[in-house]
Amino acid sequence: MAKYIVKRILFGLLTAFLVATLTFFIMNLVPGGPFLSEKAVTPQAQAAMEAKYGLDKPLFQQYLTYMGDLLHGDLGDSLKKRGFTVNRIIAERFPVSARIGGFAILLAFCAGVPLGSVAAYKRSKMVDNIIIVFSTAGIAIPSFLSSTLLLYFLSTQWGMLPSLFNLNNPQSYIMPVIALALYPMCYIARLMRSSMLDVIGQDYMRTARAKGVSTTSSIFKHALRNAILPVVTYLGPLMASLMTGSFIVEKIFTIPGLGHEFVGAITSRDYPLIMGTTIFLATFLITMNVVVDIVYVFVDPRIKLR
Amino acid sequence: MSEYLVNIQHERLSFFTPAGEVKALNDVTIQMREGEVLGIVGESGSGKSVTAYSIMGLTAENGKIVGGSVEFNGHRIDQMTEKEMRKIRGKEVSIIFQDPMTSLNPVYTIGNQIGEAIRLHTDKKGDEVRKRTIALLQLVGINEPEKRIKQYPHELSGGMRQRIVIAMALACQPKLLIADEPTTALDVTIQAQILELMDDLKEVMNMGIIMITHDLGVVASMCDHIAVMYAGEIVEYGTTDDIFYHPRHEYTKGLIRSIPKFYEEAYERLVPIEGQPVDLLNPPKGCPFAPRCDSCMKICLSRKPERTEFSDEHYARCWLNEKAQFEEEAKGR
Repeated sequence: MAKYIVKRILFGLLTAFLVATLTFFIMNLVPGGPFLSEKAVTPQAQAAMEAKYGLDKPLFQQYLTYMGDLLHGDLGDSLKKRGFTVNRIIAERFPVSARIGGFAILLAFCAGVPLGSVAAYKRSKMVDNIIIVFSTAGIAIPSFLSSTLLLYFLSTQWGMLPSLFNLNNPQSYIMPVIALALYPMCYIARLMRSSMLDVIGQDYMRTARAKGVSTTSSIFKHALRNAILPVVTYLGPLMASLMTGSFIVEKIFTIPGLGHEFVGAITSRDYPLIMGTTIFLATFLITMNVVVDIVYVFVDPRIKLR
Repeated sequence: MSEYLVNIQHERLSFFTPAGEVKALNDVTIQMREGEVLGIVGESGSGKSVTAYSIMGLTAENGKIVGGSVEFNGHRIDQMTEKEMRKIRGKEVSIIFQDPMTSLNPVYTIGNQIGEAIRLHTDKKGDEVRKRTIALLQLVGINEPEKRIKQYPHELSGGMRQRIVIAMALACQPKLLIADEPTTALDVTIQAQILELMDDLKEVMNMGIIMITHDLGVVASMCDHIAVMYAGEIVEYGTTDDIFYHPRHEYTKGLIRSIPKFYEEAYERLVPIEGQPVDLLNPPKGCPFAPRCDSCMKICLSRKPERTEFSDEHYARCWLNEKAQFEEEAKGR
């Protein structure tokens, strides 16, 4: 297994390198530049700015410089947020996104798995139909709509929760977490339902029943561990996407998170910040996938990592 | 308590499906004493498994006993709740399923799965459970039991897994073991070993066995009595000798004819039973076997034959027997 993990890490590094290279060149192909939008900039001033950040050099040389810095863990300075390094921006913004994303994943998992299991056990009954309708709706409703509805009812109409996000106020976490968790929760419920239906029909479930195992125990002990693999697979990329922040939800609830920053960087052509957030996201995703592979081994003993 | 371990009287069981009521069992009567081995033989869909499962209350959700009674070890199974049934399952009656490859849970160790059966029905804990598990594994002929209890099903061969399944079934010394085609999924050499093991264990544990199979060779070597089932009915019942040497139902005769013969002429072709099994959604009015029967008479298509008893332990449901009896009576007069 150690050999496998080393191999995966090496492949991960290669992937991250490719992502960085592609992003660098594609980003520079996009017309426009970081200093174009500002008013009343003289050509001399613009040239001076470009010279300061090394943007006047040939593209390939810029690339080499950037990759050299990257090897030292230096993601460069933000072009737009003067005085901030990209490293600092990520270090400040990521924990905020990660915390909300983490709660959302917890909610999605803890609600989605039981919902799917119950639906499978009560298949074609009323409860099952309700869960199917609810989860289909949850998948279909875009997050800007669910966030707006939450804001409108819970905050504006009934005044139960604060509409503005505040790091130190736990109440203000509720709505963004729900808005973020809705889609994955419903998706997990559907995944769980179908894999649970498959497991329920297996012979070993009949063996368990013949042993005198109760229904509850047969669900939690015998079925759950077999049925949960697809959900584990889904959790890897899900963690990467939720914990690095959602642009829409962060925008609506004014959360100072990384997702917000990521999209902002693209629109303002803040080259180092685009690079930094992209590489960070890619690395995070790759790591999560390796973690998922390792978790597999603990869930299903038949899986061997080679 | 009745003198019988299993006493099924006129059981009728139906599955209620969207297509309609499937009458899986029609008037099944079985009586079995303690320590006896009963073979139930029949083709797929004849109701042999359903009969045995109904003793454990293990029929699928849409299956219901719609008539008659099922009694096991003094319990009226047809009147018990699921919760009451759970206390009996795995303790007083156990089952071995057909395919050992799929009947063990792949994500738990052997020790865990056998131990579960012990923990569910006894007060044993911790090390006691482990000791009992090891003893059971030794009983079913598994070498290095200490090592095996930490292994997962996929690390064992088919024959070994079936032994594990048997060990699990025997965990609480049941009075009755139901073996649902226990050797069908195994290699021929392993089949013999498993049958031999079951035969030995029957003596050691003094338990009754219901052997469900479509292989007459299996029942011949082990069973005291044989019930031949067709379309949800027992068409012939008797001792093993009765069934093999004096079969009285055309279907039983057909089954025996279809056994490959080793010692006769090598070029002899097997004799199959032609035709298709009955559609239990629309069972025929007369004898269910009539459409496939070589000796079918007019009455067979319109009326169901009653039981013709040849001795206390041997009966068949076939109009030919009635006819023969009638003719004999006429002669005597």
